[in-house]
Amino acid sequence: MAFNRQQIEEGVSEVLQEALGVDAEDVKPEATLTGDLGAESIDFLDIQFRMEKRFSTPEKPFKIEQGELFPENMLQDPAMVQNGKVTDAGMALLRQKLPHIDFSSFDGDRNVKSLSEVFTVKSLCDFLERKLAK
Amino acid sequence: MRWMWIDTVVAYEPGRRMVAVKNVSLAEEHLHDHFPDQPVMPASLMVEGMAQTAGILVGSTRGFKEKVILAKIGNVTLDSEVVPGQCIRYDAVIERMDDAGASTRGTIERLDHRTGSWERIGTTEIVFSHIDQNRGGLAFPEENFVFGENFRTLLRGAGLDRFMAQAKA
Repeated sequence: MAFNRQQIEEGVSEVLQEALGVDAEDVKPEATLTGDLGAESIDFLDIQFRMEKRFSTPEKPFKIEQGELFPENMLQDPAMVQNGKVTDAGMALLRQKLPHIDFSSFDGDRNVKSLSEVFTVKSLCDFLERKLAK
Repeated sequence: MRWMWIDTVVAYEPGRRMVAVKNVSLAEEHLHDHFPDQPVMPASLMVEGMAQTAGILVGSTRGFKEKVILAKIGNVTLDSEVVPGQCIRYDAVIERMDDAGASTRGTIERLDHRTGSWERIGTTEIVFSHIDQNRGGLAFPEENFVFGENFRTLLRGAGLDRFMAQAKA
């Protein structure tokens, strides 16, 4: 593997500092991207692009497919969300599509508005570790 | 009034790079107030000029079928002022691009006619969204209001209007 965990964590910290204008000491593993680090929806695309660039090597370009890291338009589907809450089918799909995310605390109230809180610095690192190992 | 902050495109490498120029003139009304005794090209309008250059580059890459909206201005540096009589050059390249949007990097240069030399005065990072592919799933009008009549003359001058015709077909 080209990047070890420490290198991934350093890279993620750099990317978040550049994309969100936050300080290194704010980028803690448990920090949420939206709540703690102030990310807005367009920042997710910026973060994705910066991570692709940061973790690409001349031998191995690194590409993140749409919907692979963040759930994108999945939650527009009425079968996945009803009355502002993620359905059982929605939870199953989220867990299947985003295995790098810990949904245990979200599963309690399933309010779609608080879904962004599941994206933490650690979840980004977990995602990259899994993906870069392939 | 046409909200055009570039005058013409001087270089175009499809899918990769676009270079546009703007001549700064004392006849431009905004310079009369910015500032009355010392006309200086506003930095915000230089960022707009770069956004137009990079936005046309991104739009042309998909045949102007996508509505390309400026979504985020990242780091911008501007080290020097530009005054009437000088020329600005916006050199934009696409860093990354996918269905959701594109990130671009730009270099701003200025030409002083007295010395005849170009000088690099700034850099930009601009992210564009293809808004029909937005994460929120919001719907927008079908017509491509981004690359409308205002851009027609400019795109014709750059030889890019053929892509517009394809997008409409």
